Amino acid sequence: MRVNLLYFASFRDAAGRAEEARELPDGTRVVQLWERVAREIPRLAAFPAMPPAAVNHEYVGGETVLRDGDEVAFLPPVAGG
Amino acid sequence: MYITFNPIDVGALLNEARPSDGGVCVFLGVVRNENEGKPAVSIQYEVYGPMAETQMARIARRIAEEWPQARLQMQHRAGSLGVGEVSVAVVATAPHRAEAFAACRAAIDRIKASVPIWKKEFHPDGSSDWVDPTRKNL
Repeated sequence: MRVNLLYFASFRDAAGRAEEARELPDGTRVVQLWERVAREIPRLAAFPAMPPAAVNHEYVGGETVLRDGDEVAFLPPVAGG
Repeated sequence: MYITFNPIDVGALLNEARPSDGGVCVFLGVVRNENEGKPAVSIQYEVYGPMAETQMARIARRIAEEWPQARLQMQHRAGSLGVGEVSVAVVATAPHRAEAFAACRAAIDRIKASVPIWKKEFHPDGSSDWVDPTRKNL
């Protein structure tokens, strides 16, 4: 299956890109995607734990199973206002 | 739409008050000229647009449940803002002040906690930083 992964703010700077399509094995959970991403992008591995994650614009927990076509984002600390 | 690249028209938000509203509570967030002792000249607001709209709509629904007599108007800016510009506006109206204050306070607190918006501060020397509100707690 394929998901679209988005990067914002400091995570976009760390990744050097704003989005990418990712091929993943069926049944991949959100936290497993985070572990892959953190391995590839050392500045993100410095995060003590998985940051807040969103799938299709809703906050989700790490155990959420991804589906084909999902839009996924790991979010740096938000700072609106 | 809750997110806008254009200046926020606070007057238009105030005009949404109903004849039965005796209390109107306004919160405006404004770009400051410093943060944590570092001078700032502008802030770039980056927004995950579709998710921000979804989350602000959720905040509005929850507040409507918790304070059924209050009505809420909210807008948040995206893009580059100078010192003194309004970055966020919350207007809560209700028949009486207690609900207006409570709904307004809850809305701005929840916006700051959960809406995917980030800000990059630009300093007079041209350098810039992403603001991390969690860092000061370390």
